[in-house]
Amino acid sequence: MTNDLTESVAEQSDPLEVSVWRSAGDGGAFQAFKVPAQDSQTVLDVVAWIQQNEDPTLSYRFACRVGMCGSCAMMVNGQPRWTCRTHVRKVLDGNRIEIAPLRNLPVIKDLATDMDPFFDKWVAAEGVFHPSKSRDDAIEQINPASAPRARADAGIECINCSICYAACDSVASDPEYLGPAALNRAWTLFNDAKDDGAGVILDAVSAKGGCHACHSMGSCTHACPNELNPMASIAGLKREIAKSFFKRGKA
Amino acid sequence: MIRPHRTHPLWFAFIVHRISGIALALFLPLHFWILSYALNAPERLDGFLHWTDYPLVKVAEFGLVFLLAVHVFGGLRLMALEWLPWSANQKTLAAAAVGVSLLISGTFFLRAL
Repeated sequence: MTNDLTESVAEQSDPLEVSVWRSAGDGGAFQAFKVPAQDSQTVLDVVAWIQQNEDPTLSYRFACRVGMCGSCAMMVNGQPRWTCRTHVRKVLDGNRIEIAPLRNLPVIKDLATDMDPFFDKWVAAEGVFHPSKSRDDAIEQINPASAPRARADAGIECINCSICYAACDSVASDPEYLGPAALNRAWTLFNDAKDDGAGVILDAVSAKGGCHACHSMGSCTHACPNELNPMASIAGLKREIAKSFFKRGKA
Repeated sequence: MIRPHRTHPLWFAFIVHRISGIALALFLPLHFWILSYALNAPERLDGFLHWTDYPLVKVAEFGLVFLLAVHVFGGLRLMALEWLPWSANQKTLAAAAVGVSLLISGTFFLRAL
Protein backbone atom coordinates (compact mmCIF):
# COMPACT_ATOMS: atom_id res chain seq x y z
CA MET A 1 0.00 0.00 0.00
CA THR A 2 2.76 2.42 0.99
CA ASN A 3 4.68 1.56 -2.16
CA ASP A 4 1.62 2.25 -4.32
CA LEU A 5 1.23 5.65 -2.70
CA THR A 6 4.91 6.46 -3.14
CA GLU A 7 4.84 5.48 -6.78
CA SER A 8 1.74 7.52 -7.46
CA VAL A 9 3.43 10.62 -6.03
CA ALA A 10 6.58 9.86 -7.96
CA GLU A 11 4.71 9.65 -11.25
CA GLN A 12 3.24 13.09 -10.77
CA SER A 13 6.49 15.02 -11.13
CA ASP A 14 9.68 14.89 -13.19
CA PRO A 15 12.46 12.75 -11.78
CA LEU A 16 15.23 14.58 -9.93
CA GLU A 17 18.46 15.06 -11.85
CA VAL A 18 21.08 14.04 -9.32
CA SER A 19 24.86 14.35 -9.73
CA VAL A 20 26.77 12.18 -7.29
CA TRP A 21 30.53 12.30 -6.76
CA ARG A 22 32.16 8.94 -7.52
CA SER A 23 35.74 8.17 -6.65
CA ALA A 24 37.98 5.53 -5.21
CA GLY A 25 41.19 7.21 -4.12
CA ASP A 26 42.60 10.16 -6.08
CA GLY A 27 40.49 11.88 -8.71
CA GLY A 28 36.88 11.16 -9.45
CA ALA A 29 33.93 12.65 -11.31
CA PHE A 30 30.24 13.35 -10.93
CA GLN A 31 27.87 10.63 -12.16
CA ALA A 32 24.33 11.53 -13.22
CA PHE A 33 21.27 9.68 -11.95
CA LYS A 34 17.54 10.20 -12.36
CA VAL A 35 15.73 9.66 -9.08
CA PRO A 36 11.93 9.62 -8.64
CA ALA A 37 10.70 12.68 -6.74
CA GLN A 38 8.69 11.95 -3.61
CA ASP A 39 6.93 13.95 -0.94
CA SER A 40 8.96 14.78 2.18
CA GLN A 41 12.05 13.32 0.49
CA THR A 42 15.40 13.96 2.17
CA VAL A 43 18.78 14.11 0.46
CA LEU A 44 19.73 10.93 2.31
CA ASP A 45 16.62 9.27 0.82
CA VAL A 46 17.92 10.20 -2.63
CA VAL A 47 21.37 8.70 -1.95
CA ALA A 48 19.79 5.55 -0.49
CA TRP A 49 17.47 5.21 -3.51
CA ILE A 50 20.44 5.38 -5.88
CA GLN A 51 22.34 2.74 -3.92
CA GLN A 52 19.32 0.43 -3.63
CA ASN A 53 18.00 0.82 -7.17
CA GLU A 54 20.76 2.03 -9.49
CA ASP A 55 24.23 1.23 -8.18
CA PRO A 56 24.83 -0.90 -5.08
CA THR A 57 28.53 0.02 -5.13
CA LEU A 58 27.78 3.63 -4.11
CA SER A 59 29.48 4.25 -0.75
CA TYR A 60 28.13 6.68 1.84
CA ARG A 61 27.80 6.88 5.59
CA PHE A 62 24.71 7.17 7.76
CA ALA A 63 23.33 5.72 10.97
CA CYS A 64 20.45 7.30 12.89
CA ARG A 65 18.54 9.10 10.11
CA VAL A 66 17.12 11.57 12.68
CA GLY A 67 19.89 14.16 13.04
CA MET A 68 21.52 12.80 16.16
CA CYS A 69 24.57 10.79 15.11
CA GLY A 70 26.32 13.24 12.78
CA SER A 71 27.25 10.54 10.25
CA CYS A 72 25.52 11.57 7.05
CA ALA A 73 26.91 15.05 6.34
CA MET A 74 27.71 15.75 2.69
CA MET A 75 28.11 18.71 0.36
CA VAL A 76 24.69 19.38 -1.18
CA ASN A 77 24.73 21.89 -4.03
CA GLY A 78 28.02 23.20 -2.62
CA GLN A 79 26.81 23.61 0.98
CA PRO A 80 27.71 21.21 3.78
CA ARG A 81 24.48 19.77 5.21
CA TRP A 82 23.14 16.92 7.34
CA THR A 83 21.47 14.95 4.58
CA CYS A 84 19.00 13.06 6.78
CA ARG A 85 17.36 16.31 7.89
CA THR A 86 17.66 18.20 4.60
CA HIS A 87 14.50 18.16 2.51
CA VAL A 88 15.15 17.90 -1.20
CA ARG A 89 12.59 20.59 -2.03
CA LYS A 90 14.52 23.12 0.08
CA VAL A 91 17.82 22.64 -1.75
CA LEU A 92 16.78 21.88 -5.32
CA ASP A 93 18.42 24.02 -7.98
CA GLY A 94 15.71 23.86 -10.63
CA ASN A 95 15.29 20.11 -10.74
CA ARG A 96 18.96 19.40 -10.07
CA ILE A 97 20.86 18.41 -7.01
CA GLU A 98 24.61 17.85 -6.66
CA ILE A 99 25.87 15.62 -3.87
CA ALA A 100 29.56 15.42 -2.99
CA PRO A 101 31.69 14.27 -0.04
CA LEU A 102 32.41 16.75 2.75
CA ARG A 103 34.98 19.40 1.95
CA ASN A 104 38.31 19.63 3.82
CA LEU A 105 38.50 15.88 4.52
CA PRO A 106 40.17 13.08 2.57
CA VAL A 107 37.72 10.98 0.55
CA ILE A 108 37.75 7.24 1.16
CA LYS A 109 35.28 6.39 -1.60
CA ASP A 110 32.39 8.20 -3.25
CA LEU A 111 30.56 10.13 -0.49
CA ALA A 112 32.41 8.62 2.48
CA THR A 113 35.16 10.79 3.96
CA ASP A 114 37.95 9.84 6.33
CA MET A 115 36.99 11.54 9.63
CA ASP A 116 40.31 10.75 11.36
CA PRO A 117 41.86 14.22 10.85
CA PHE A 118 38.69 15.80 12.27
CA PHE A 119 38.70 13.70 15.45
CA ASP A 120 42.49 13.82 15.84
CA LYS A 121 42.12 17.59 16.11
CA TRP A 122 39.56 17.24 18.92
CA VAL A 123 42.26 15.43 20.90
CA ALA A 124 44.94 17.96 19.84
CA ALA A 125 42.67 20.77 21.12
CA GLU A 126 42.43 18.94 24.48
CA GLY A 127 38.78 18.32 23.71
CA VAL A 128 38.92 15.39 26.12
CA PHE A 129 37.69 15.26 29.70
CA HIS A 130 40.26 16.08 32.40
CA PRO A 131 38.91 14.62 35.65
CA SER A 132 39.43 16.54 38.87
CA LYS A 133 38.12 14.02 41.41
CA SER A 134 38.40 10.37 42.26
CA ARG A 135 35.51 8.00 42.99
CA ASP A 136 36.03 8.71 46.69
CA ASP A 137 35.25 12.41 46.36
CA ALA A 138 31.79 13.91 46.52
CA ILE A 139 30.18 14.66 43.14
CA GLU A 140 30.74 18.25 41.99
CA GLN A 141 27.57 20.30 42.45
CA ILE A 142 26.73 22.22 39.28
CA ASN A 143 24.56 25.30 39.34
CA PRO A 144 22.80 25.25 35.94
CA ALA A 145 22.19 29.00 36.18
CA SER A 146 25.86 29.92 36.63
CA ALA A 147 27.50 31.88 33.82
CA PRO A 148 30.22 29.27 33.05
CA ARG A 149 27.60 26.50 32.90
CA ALA A 150 25.44 28.61 30.55
CA ARG A 151 28.49 29.09 28.28
CA ALA A 152 29.23 25.37 28.31
CA ASP A 153 25.57 24.47 27.71
CA ALA A 154 25.51 26.71 24.64
CA GLY A 155 28.04 24.48 22.88
CA ILE A 156 27.52 20.94 24.14
CA GLU A 157 24.89 19.81 21.65
CA CYS A 158 27.55 19.25 18.98
CA ILE A 159 26.93 15.96 17.11
CA ASN A 160 30.45 15.80 15.56
CA CYS A 161 29.05 15.95 12.03
CA SER A 162 32.00 17.99 10.69
CA ILE A 163 29.73 20.36 8.78
CA CYS A 164 31.41 23.39 10.40
CA TYR A 165 34.81 21.90 9.54
CA ALA A 166 33.75 21.50 5.91
CA ALA A 167 32.35 25.06 5.77
CA CYS A 168 35.49 26.68 7.17
CA ASP A 169 37.86 28.44 4.76
CA SER A 170 40.52 28.70 7.47
CA VAL A 171 40.62 24.89 7.65
CA ALA A 172 40.87 24.80 3.85
CA SER A 173 43.85 27.17 3.80
CA ASP A 174 45.66 25.91 6.92
CA PRO A 175 45.82 22.11 7.33
CA GLU A 176 47.11 22.56 10.89
CA TYR A 177 44.12 24.62 12.02
CA LEU A 178 42.16 22.69 14.64
CA GLY A 179 38.83 23.82 13.25
CA PRO A 180 35.58 25.09 14.77
CA ALA A 181 34.24 21.82 16.24
CA ALA A 182 37.40 20.94 18.18
CA LEU A 183 37.73 24.49 19.50
CA ASN A 184 34.05 24.59 20.44
CA ARG A 185 34.55 21.35 22.38
CA ALA A 186 37.62 22.82 24.10
CA TRP A 187 35.54 25.87 25.07
CA THR A 188 32.75 23.78 26.61
CA LEU A 189 35.29 21.84 28.69
CA PHE A 190 37.06 25.06 29.70
CA ASN A 191 33.74 26.26 31.15
CA ASP A 192 32.87 22.91 32.75
CA ALA A 193 33.32 22.99 36.55
CA LYS A 194 33.99 19.24 36.50
CA ASP A 195 36.91 19.59 34.09
CA ASP A 196 40.35 20.26 35.54
CA GLY A 197 42.15 21.03 32.30
CA ALA A 198 41.73 24.79 31.84
CA GLY A 199 45.48 25.37 31.65
CA VAL A 200 46.25 22.59 29.20
CA ILE A 201 43.26 23.58 27.08
CA LEU A 202 44.49 27.16 26.77
CA ASP A 203 48.02 25.92 25.97
CA ALA A 204 46.64 23.63 23.26
CA VAL A 205 44.33 26.14 21.62
CA SER A 206 46.86 28.99 21.69
CA ALA A 207 49.53 26.95 19.90
CA LYS A 208 50.14 27.03 16.13
CA GLY A 209 46.94 26.07 14.33
CA GLY A 210 44.88 27.04 17.37
CA CYS A 211 42.08 29.54 17.80
CA HIS A 212 44.13 32.49 16.54
CA ALA A 213 44.05 30.96 13.06
CA CYS A 214 40.31 31.71 12.99
CA HIS A 215 39.42 34.74 10.84
CA SER A 216 35.86 35.05 12.21
CA MET A 217 34.23 34.40 8.84
CA GLY A 218 31.33 32.77 10.64
CA SER A 219 30.78 30.00 8.09
CA CYS A 220 30.84 27.47 10.94
CA THR A 221 28.01 29.20 12.77
CA HIS A 222 26.10 29.77 9.54
CA ALA A 223 26.31 26.08 8.57
CA CYS A 224 25.87 24.37 11.97
CA PRO A 225 22.71 22.24 11.69
CA ASN A 226 22.21 22.33 15.46
CA GLU A 227 22.42 26.14 15.47
CA LEU A 228 25.47 26.20 17.72
CA ASN A 229 27.90 29.10 17.56
CA PRO A 230 31.50 27.88 17.25
CA MET A 231 32.58 31.41 16.26
CA ALA A 232 31.48 32.66 19.70
CA SER A 233 33.26 29.75 21.38
CA ILE A 234 36.49 30.56 19.52
CA ALA A 235 36.15 34.25 20.44
CA GLY A 236 35.72 33.14 24.07
CA LEU A 237 38.93 31.12 23.89
CA LYS A 238 40.78 34.12 22.43
CA ARG A 239 39.55 36.30 25.32
CA GLU A 240 40.58 33.75 27.93
CA ILE A 241 44.04 33.40 26.36
CA ALA A 242 44.45 37.19 26.52
CA LYS A 243 43.34 37.19 30.18
CA SER A 244 45.69 34.33 30.92
CA PHE A 245 48.54 36.27 29.29
CA PHE A 246 47.96 39.25 31.58
CA LYS A 247 47.68 36.90 34.56
CA ARG A 248 51.03 35.34 33.59
CA GLY A 249 49.71 32.03 32.38
CA LYS A 250 47.10 31.35 35.05
CA ALA A 251 43.86 30.09 33.48
CA MET B 1 33.29 32.81 -8.13
CA ILE B 2 31.75 32.92 -4.68
CA ARG B 3 31.03 29.32 -3.75
CA PRO B 4 27.70 28.46 -2.10
CA HIS B 5 29.09 27.86 1.41
CA ARG B 6 30.36 31.46 1.45
CA THR B 7 27.08 33.17 0.67
CA HIS B 8 26.35 34.68 4.08
CA PRO B 9 26.83 38.21 5.48
CA LEU B 10 29.80 37.59 7.78
CA TRP B 11 31.83 35.95 5.01
CA PHE B 12 31.20 39.06 2.88
CA ALA B 13 32.27 41.19 5.87
CA PHE B 14 35.47 39.10 6.02
CA ILE B 15 36.27 39.51 2.32
CA VAL B 16 35.49 43.26 2.39
CA HIS B 17 37.88 43.63 5.37
CA ARG B 18 40.59 41.66 3.55
CA ILE B 19 40.26 43.49 0.23
CA SER B 20 40.07 46.92 1.89
CA GLY B 21 43.14 46.04 3.97
CA ILE B 22 45.16 44.98 0.93
CA ALA B 23 44.01 48.02 -1.06
CA LEU B 24 44.99 50.37 1.78
CA ALA B 25 48.35 48.63 2.20
CA LEU B 26 49.02 49.28 -1.48
CA PHE B 27 47.71 52.85 -1.36
CA LEU B 28 49.33 54.15 1.82
CA PRO B 29 53.01 53.97 0.70
CA LEU B 30 52.01 55.88 -2.45
CA HIS B 31 50.06 58.34 -0.31
CA PHE B 32 53.02 59.06 1.99
CA TRP B 33 55.40 59.28 -0.95
CA ILE B 34 53.24 61.98 -2.51
CA LEU B 35 52.90 63.75 0.85
CA SER B 36 56.68 63.79 1.18
CA TYR B 37 56.72 66.23 -1.75
CA ALA B 38 55.25 68.81 0.64
CA LEU B 39 58.62 68.88 2.36
CA ASN B 40 60.96 68.28 -0.55
CA ALA B 41 59.26 69.54 -3.71
CA PRO B 42 56.12 71.63 -3.01
CA GLU B 43 55.68 72.55 -6.68
CA ARG B 44 55.46 68.87 -7.66
CA LEU B 45 52.89 68.31 -4.87
CA ASP B 46 50.75 71.11 -6.34
CA GLY B 47 51.01 69.40 -9.71
CA PHE B 48 49.68 66.17 -8.26
CA LEU B 49 46.92 67.93 -6.34
CA HIS B 50 45.52 69.33 -9.61
CA TRP B 51 44.61 65.73 -10.46
CA THR B 52 41.96 65.84 -7.73
CA ASP B 53 39.94 68.23 -9.93
CA TYR B 54 39.17 65.40 -12.36
CA PRO B 55 35.77 63.69 -11.71
CA LEU B 56 37.30 60.22 -12.11
CA VAL B 57 39.84 60.99 -9.38
CA LYS B 58 37.03 62.28 -7.13
CA VAL B 59 35.23 58.96 -7.59
CA ALA B 60 38.46 57.11 -6.81
CA GLU B 61 38.88 59.22 -3.65
CA PHE B 62 35.33 58.30 -2.65
CA GLY B 63 36.34 54.66 -3.06
CA LEU B 64 39.45 55.16 -0.95
CA VAL B 65 37.54 56.89 1.83
CA PHE B 66 34.98 54.07 1.77
CA LEU B 67 37.71 51.42 1.96
CA LEU B 68 39.40 53.26 4.84
CA ALA B 69 36.11 53.71 6.73
CA VAL B 70 34.89 50.16 6.19
CA HIS B 71 38.27 48.81 7.29
CA VAL B 72 38.19 50.95 10.44
CA PHE B 73 34.62 50.11 11.45
CA GLY B 74 34.87 46.47 10.36
CA GLY B 75 38.11 46.23 12.33
CA LEU B 76 36.44 47.74 15.40
CA ARG B 77 33.73 45.07 15.12
CA LEU B 78 36.36 42.32 14.98
CA MET B 79 38.27 43.78 17.94
CA ALA B 80 35.04 43.97 19.94
CA LEU B 81 34.22 40.39 18.90
CA GLU B 82 37.55 39.15 20.26
CA TRP B 83 37.97 41.38 23.32
CA LEU B 84 34.50 42.26 24.64
CA PRO B 85 31.77 39.94 25.93
CA TRP B 86 30.08 38.17 23.02
CA SER B 87 27.27 40.00 21.28
CA ALA B 88 24.94 37.98 19.08
CA ASN B 89 24.17 40.73 16.57
CA GLN B 90 27.35 40.36 14.49
CA LYS B 91 25.52 40.53 11.15
CA THR B 92 23.81 43.77 12.17
CA LEU B 93 27.13 45.22 13.33
CA ALA B 94 28.79 44.27 10.03
CA ALA B 95 25.92 45.86 8.09
CA ALA B 96 26.21 48.96 10.31
CA ALA B 97 29.94 49.20 9.51
CA VAL B 98 29.13 49.24 5.78
CA GLY B 99 26.29 51.74 6.31
CA VAL B 100 28.36 54.20 8.35
CA SER B 101 31.22 53.88 5.85
CA LEU B 102 28.90 54.68 2.95
CA LEU B 103 27.57 57.67 4.87
CA ILE B 104 31.07 59.01 5.54
CA SER B 105 32.40 58.36 2.04
CA GLY B 106 29.17 59.64 0.45
CA THR B 107 29.36 62.86 2.47
CA PHE B 108 32.99 63.24 1.41
CA PHE B 109 32.02 62.72 -2.24
CA LEU B 110 29.16 65.22 -2.14
CA ARG B 111 31.41 67.87 -0.58
CA ALA B 112 34.09 67.18 -3.19
CA LEU B 113 31.72 67.82 -6.11
